[in-house]
Amino acid sequence: MSFSARGIWHEFSHNKTGMAGIVMLATLFLMSIIAFVTIPVENFKTWNDPASWLLYPKSAQPAWVNYFQSEKIPEHLILQPQRSSQQLESVFVLTDSFAVNYQYDGFPSDFIYRYTAKYTGSPLLQLSVTRPDGIELRLVSTSLPIANAETTYTSMIFSTQNVIVKNLASDKHRYSFPFDVLSSEKIIFSKLGENKILKGSYVFRVHLYDVSGKPALEKSNLVLGGKVYGIMGTDELRRDLSVGLLWGTPLALFIGITVSIGSVTLGLLYGVYAGFKGKATDEALMRFNDIIYAMPALPLLIILAVTVGNSIFLMVGFLVIFGWVGIAKVSRSMAMQIKTLQYVEASKLMGQKDHKIIFKHILPQLLPYAFASIAISVPAAITTEAGISFLGLGDPTFPTWGQILHDASSYSAAARGMWWWILPPGILIAITGLAFVFMGQAMDVIINPRLRR
Amino acid sequence: MGFKKFLAKRAITMFGVLMATLLVTIALVGANMDSISKQSVTLEIRQQVTNNKSLLSSFKTTDQMDSYIENQIQQQIKSLGLDQPWYSPQRIGLSMYKILTLDFGHAKFLTSDSGSSDVKDIILEKLPRTILLFTTATAIVSVLGIFLGAVAASKVHSRIDKITSGFAIISSSFPVWWIGVLMIFVFAFLYPIFPARATPDISVTDPGYGGSLLYHMALPLITLVLIGFGSWAYLVRNFLVGVLQEDFIMAKRAAGIDEKRILYSHALKNAAPPIVTVLALSLSGSLGGAIITEAVFDWPGMGRLYYEAISVLDLPVIIGATYVLTAFFLASVFVADVLYGYFDPRVRRE
Repeated sequence: MSFSARGIWHEFSHNKTGMAGIVMLATLFLMSIIAFVTIPVENFKTWNDPASWLLYPKSAQPAWVNYFQSEKIPEHLILQPQRSSQQLESVFVLTDSFAVNYQYDGFPSDFIYRYTAKYTGSPLLQLSVTRPDGIELRLVSTSLPIANAETTYTSMIFSTQNVIVKNLASDKHRYSFPFDVLSSEKIIFSKLGENKILKGSYVFRVHLYDVSGKPALEKSNLVLGGKVYGIMGTDELRRDLSVGLLWGTPLALFIGITVSIGSVTLGLLYGVYAGFKGKATDEALMRFNDIIYAMPALPLLIILAVTVGNSIFLMVGFLVIFGWVGIAKVSRSMAMQIKTLQYVEASKLMGQKDHKIIFKHILPQLLPYAFASIAISVPAAITTEAGISFLGLGDPTFPTWGQILHDASSYSAAARGMWWWILPPGILIAITGLAFVFMGQAMDVIINPRLRR
Repeated sequence: MGFKKFLAKRAITMFGVLMATLLVTIALVGANMDSISKQSVTLEIRQQVTNNKSLLSSFKTTDQMDSYIENQIQQQIKSLGLDQPWYSPQRIGLSMYKILTLDFGHAKFLTSDSGSSDVKDIILEKLPRTILLFTTATAIVSVLGIFLGAVAASKVHSRIDKITSGFAIISSSFPVWWIGVLMIFVFAFLYPIFPARATPDISVTDPGYGGSLLYHMALPLITLVLIGFGSWAYLVRNFLVGVLQEDFIMAKRAAGIDEKRILYSHALKNAAPPIVTVLALSLSGSLGGAIITEAVFDWPGMGRLYYEAISVLDLPVIIGATYVLTAFFLASVFVADVLYGYFDPRVRRE
């Protein structure tokens, strides 16, 4: 039973499942890095804050479903402005234009223009749209509240506002159908001859006129409402699921790896100490081990989460409490074998101290086993945490995949057919688990040559 | 060590575990329980005083009334023993004694279907349903698993062996409850064959209740079997592969005994002890998993009761359910030990 690090790696690299596990794990780490880089933690912390998801659609499918459909479902578009400013004599004009190439087979469900303006005086805001056929429609013309000192003003223009329909009435003669009962987006995006969608590029323009100073738009977004959005879609609370899923990756890896390293280290030290000491110490330690071993873990974990607290770090601690026992049992029996080996007895006779014998002669022998157990115990930690989160007892400040599934089930996503809310988190949980199972199995084959058959 | 002594030692350990689990539970919920009980006492007495018109008119000032109420509350708290903290020896001793005699008290919020708030009634109503679902699932899973495992072990490295192992590893990576959600999506939404909620919608007294219960049980049962039999087959296969390499099997083969007979009667018998242990442990483990599975399917058993009790912090129910779950868990561990001794005489003589 002797292993060298290089020998193990040599065997490991020739094991297909082991390498598959490593590739999967590398992908997950890459996802974590992408999450860290593209979505700052502060943004992620607003996951449970409905205000930060106002511009997003409700329960939208992923945008790529359109590839499998002949009728393209309108995509929910959050447009960023193209900005220009000019000065006409004493009037400052700020123009934000939003261009969109609209190629979907349906009207947008609505549109919203949200802005935050910084100005003095009383600037005039105009919203207009140029259609693919060159017709320009005036939608809104409104003056912002008068301000003597510099102020910032945030407001929204909704497609449902009456003023838009009224303004459109001046272009009534162009359309060959009555549109008194139609909502504004169905008029703007319609063909002239019939009330059908007119595909092509639309340009929405926002002009801000001010005489008393240069106005500025700090925030300016035009939202065209649709039923599909992004890579992963959105949930009932308008949250972009790709954000939650991406951030769930580092969290799952953190929980899984910390719990397994913690419990394996604890179990290893406990078991080796008991096995090495033997006699009454061993008996007492093992009876205590039996007690923890036989406790029903999940009910107690739930009680702990409810009464002590549900922070993610506490949860890691709780999982370690129930995770170390099995490893302690095995490492005890392994330590009992090793301590009878002659070189261990020799160093004992030479008066070597106990802790030196344990750390220098026994523990290194158990390291391959320890690594295999770390890999094998990761999936259990991840699924247990996911299960607790699924019951709604997880850390609300760090939403994990389990919590996304909890939200899905509390809005009965399964019975409403919202597959994009249910499938990805579960698949990610399984992939993460599988990556470690594969690696653990490859390690296991190396340490237990008997399995190689 | 004789087998009897071995069993006695195990029994003592089990009892110790039961007590330790209960102590931990009481320690965790004790403080909350006290504050909730005190609040309910306060509320009750205020209600009594305000409802009692003649008593109310006998007070001259509000101060007088407040002091009277305060007095009553203190008396009531003392008579209930709430003046001492939950960790005082008398109270712990008393609660442990009560629990051991299956006197769990009354639930604060939850009731049984028949309307009783006695925790014992609630548990006795829910327990059979959990046992029905999980015992049926375990029975199906173990039969399927043992058969498939034996087939895989007799043809190591064949296609069926590889499929079994692959399926086992992949199926055990998915959380059972997630598969449950998926099953609801497929079989209650896409193809509405089974109901999404597993709670039967007719009353218990209806003659069709039994059938309705079975129909509602189908989806959770299929899920449990689907997710369970793969890892079972894998375990059985691994144990059998080990046994099939032993010399005595070679001897049987050399003697010309039929391969099927060697597999099913000789090899399986020798692989039985670890299989039985795992069976018992998985049965009790599935009881813990029942909490989440039953919550997903809305199956009206112990697991969902536990979940509901925790979400409203109904402490007597939590303690009672923990006790019953732990007792079942330990009983199956104990049975596994006995069976192990029965199948493997070496344990008895150890």
